[in-house]
Amino acid sequence: MKIRNNIALSDSGFIFDPSTGDSFSLNPIGLEILRMLKSGKDKSFILTYMVDTYQTDMETAEKDYDDFMGMLTQFHLLQEK
Amino acid sequence: MATQRLQYERPLIQRVNTGILNKFGTRTEYAPFTHIDGVSVKSLISEFGSPLFVLSEKNIREKYQEANRAFKTRYPKVQFAWSYKTNYINAVCNIFHQEGSWAEVVSGFEYQKALKNGVPGNKIIFNGPDKTDEEITLAIQNKSPLHIDHLDELYRVTEIATELNIRPEVAIRVNMDTGIYPMWDRFGFNYENGQAWDAINKIILSDKLELTGLHCHIGTFMLSPSAYAVAASKMSDLAIGVLQKHNIKIKYIDMGGGFASRNTLKGAYLQGVDTSPSFDQFAEAICTAILNAGFHKDDLPLLILETGRALVDEAGYLLGSVISNKRLSDGRRATIMDFGVNVLFTAFWYDHKITPAQEFSHYTEDTVMYGPLCMNIDVVRETCTLPPLKKGDHVVVHTVGAYNMTQWMQFISLRPPVILIDRNGKPQIIRKRETIQSIEMEEILPAQLKDFKL
Ligand SMILES: Cc1ncc(COP(=O)(O)O)c(C=O)c1O
Repeated sequence: MKIRNNIALSDSGFIFDPSTGDSFSLNPIGLEILRMLKSGKDKSFILTYMVDTYQTDMETAEKDYDDFMGMLTQFHLLQEK
Repeated sequence: MATQRLQYERPLIQRVNTGILNKFGTRTEYAPFTHIDGVSVKSLISEFGSPLFVLSEKNIREKYQEANRAFKTRYPKVQFAWSYKTNYINAVCNIFHQEGSWAEVVSGFEYQKALKNGVPGNKIIFNGPDKTDEEITLAIQNKSPLHIDHLDELYRVTEIATELNIRPEVAIRVNMDTGIYPMWDRFGFNYENGQAWDAINKIILSDKLELTGLHCHIGTFMLSPSAYAVAASKMSDLAIGVLQKHNIKIKYIDMGGGFASRNTLKGAYLQGVDTSPSFDQFAEAICTAILNAGFHKDDLPLLILETGRALVDEAGYLLGSVISNKRLSDGRRATIMDFGVNVLFTAFWYDHKITPAQEFSHYTEDTVMYGPLCMNIDVVRETCTLPPLKKGDHVVVHTVGAYNMTQWMQFISLRPPVILIDRNGKPQIIRKRETIQSIEMEEILPAQLKDFKL
């Protein structure tokens, strides 16, 4: 799963979708995941990183990751496969 | 060497709606609310469980004193009567009685409660359309002001008073057009079409009852002081008319309740804290109307107020915990709480302010808030803005002191305890958590249904 190429990402946690004009705001962890996705990291890499970096466990991290991906899909920010 | 892992928070993404005012969330809404009168929400939940109702004695007294001051500084004779139906937990009633309130009841059950609390009979105002013969008899014997709602009741009270050979003090409930829609004309006698005069004439001509008061209750959650000005003028007109026509002095005008509390009605664009008029505004409207009506200064009637929700709503909090988070099929977040509309009945009318009870980052998301009942109607908030709550996190629902602790339903689970934080900041249980025994106490299982084999 990759973020669409034309999505613009700002340092402060905002993203802009030029095809619809929609903007989105993210919290820091959301932004981090989005960056990793943009640079092509896969789910298992991201989850390992999350558990290593943050006070969370694999189960929670995966549940939240899946939920977050669901939102990206909902907002049409992911590349069509 | 173990590195310190960072604080975790669920990843969030939200669409930014530039230029569109967010109708539902305000910044203050998701600012954490961690203490009530100095007692931490966390400690309350760990001591008394979740969900939990909490009332602030300090807030109740302050509100009462504020309301009392607003009227007493504008009018010489003012008396509040605590509207039992708004919250009839005895501890709450007695705070109002200690402050000087009489009792206002609308049923035999409430009447009994007021008597048991020690309110003298002549200070229990008996309202409502449904009084039994026994209740009317008791009220007459106790010299309680009986507020007559309809003609059938007027005839019945007259008959009972005749049998008892007592001349009871009565008032009639009057309904009227105050410019408010919908008009509350189901209760009492109408002013505009002459019903009120008809009832007054019947009482005075029969000479079996003593007409001492006039009562109205023009609506509830009223946001318009001017409607009270209209009502107070019409009530004063009637009282002056009775004096002129029958030479009978009306001793009191009872303006009922209805002042809006600082809640937000569903669908309202602005927050209740910003739109609800103050006690001063209501007092100004009512007192000015009566003072200007043309009473002789010695004939000014006592002004009675049966204010309910505006006195107790803000003192009440419901503490609860997150059971689970879900994503609905349309992408919206849903949070399932351990309380639903069964205990928070007023969720049907209000968008209650709900705040987290612990610190969070300032990132938020919109969420639907559901209760735990397995039913579609169990929606606590259709949408509210909250930080990313997780299972076990606590929230505080604000301004729940009115009507919830009387209209709550025992459905699926037991009703939660109610805690009063006293003026010294000490939490005290004023209603215990229900037990299975409290519910089953009233059940009778027929012998033939005691056993079964499966
Ligand atoms: C007769 C009467 N008095 C007083 C009240 C208290 O009203 P509120 O809580 O709106 O002040 C009510 C409530 O409906 C009522 O019916």
